[in-house]
Amino acid sequence: MKSIIVDDEASARMIVAEFCKGVPNLEVLHEFPNALEALKYIRDHHVDLIFLDIHMPKLTGIDFIETLQNPPKIVLTTSDKNFAIEAYQYPFIVDYLVKPISRQRFEKCMTKLEMAFAASEEIPIVSKQENPEEDLYINIDRRLIKLKFSDILLIEAKGDYIEILTLQKRFRVHSTLKKIKDKLPTSRFLQIHRSYIINFTQIIDIQDNSVLIEKSVIPISRSNRPELMQRLNLL
Amino acid sequence: MERPNLDYIKEISGGNEEFEKRFLTIIQNEFPKEKTEYITQMDGDNLEESATIVHKIKHKLGILGLHEGYRLAIKYEEDLKYGDTKLKDEFNEILTSVEEIISNIA
Repeated sequence: MKSIIVDDEASARMIVAEFCKGVPNLEVLHEFPNALEALKYIRDHHVDLIFLDIHMPKLTGIDFIETLQNPPKIVLTTSDKNFAIEAYQYPFIVDYLVKPISRQRFEKCMTKLEMAFAASEEIPIVSKQENPEEDLYINIDRRLIKLKFSDILLIEAKGDYIEILTLQKRFRVHSTLKKIKDKLPTSRFLQIHRSYIINFTQIIDIQDNSVLIEKSVIPISRSNRPELMQRLNLL
Repeated sequence: MERPNLDYIKEISGGNEEFEKRFLTIIQNEFPKEKTEYITQMDGDNLEESATIVHKIKHKLGILGLHEGYRLAIKYEEDLKYGDTKLKDEFNEILTSVEEIISNIA
C-alpha cells in the first residue's frame, strides 16, 4: 500500500510517518508540507492512501479532496472535530484521526483501512454524487428568494452584509462571506480575495492580479492565486 | 499551572530515543515560529489568522500533555473567530510556560 502524508506541520508528519513504520505493507512514499505539492505528485505517481490534514494554508484538505478526480483512500488527520460529519460524505474517506493521534487509535485506523481495501475489491466503486442541491435561498425582506448556483456570478463582502451579483440582478443580504461560502459547492465557487467569492465558471479572463466576470473586475489576493490557477484548465 | 510532559512523545517513539531527540528538535524549531506568528497576527488585530495559528499551537499543547491548555486553546480558537480575545492572557501564559520548558529540553 503506497501512501503519502500531507500536513503543514513537520511534527504532525513525523508522528504519522513513525506510526506507519510499524505497519506491514504500508509504504510512505513522500511527505508534503502543503496540498499543492501533493496534487502535483499524485498526477504522476500512483498512491493508494493519503494521510491528509484539513487546516493548511492556500489549499485546505477539503479543497484538495474536491480537486481529485479518482481519489485514493483518505485518512484525515486534524485537530478539529468539527469536520467529521462533512468528511464522511466522501465515500473514500476511511477514517478521521483527531490530533494528537494515539498509537492505539492509529492501529484501529489501520484495521479500518484493511477492511475498506478488502471491501473495495468486492464492491464496484461508486463515484461521489454531485451535490443534489443546485440552488440557495436568501432572505430578502422576509421573502425567501431562490437563486440558482449557476446564475450567481460573484459575492462581495460589504461590512455586515454581502452582495450577491447574479446574471439578473444584485442582492444585498445580511450575512458573512464565510457563511455563504459554506453553502456553496466548491466545484463551482472559489474565494479569490478576502472580500470576494467568485463563480469561476463565469470568468471571462484573468489579467495580472484580477479576474473579469461579466463587467466586474475582481482582485485576486496573492494567497488565493495558486488555488485559482490550480482549478483552471490551462492549455 | 499544569506542566508539560513527554508521555505522548514516549508513546509515539516506543522507546526509540533517537526518534525522541529528532522529534523534540522539530518541536523546538516549530513552536517559537508559531508563537512569533501568533503574536504578529494578534498585534495586527488579525483575529482570524490568529485563530489559524492557535489551531496549530493547540496540537503542540496536546503533544506536550497540556490537557487543560489544549481545552483552553480549543475555546480560544473559536472565540477568536468571533472576535473575542478574553482568553488572550491565559493563552499567553501557556505559551510562555511551553517555551521555557522546550528551550530547556536537551
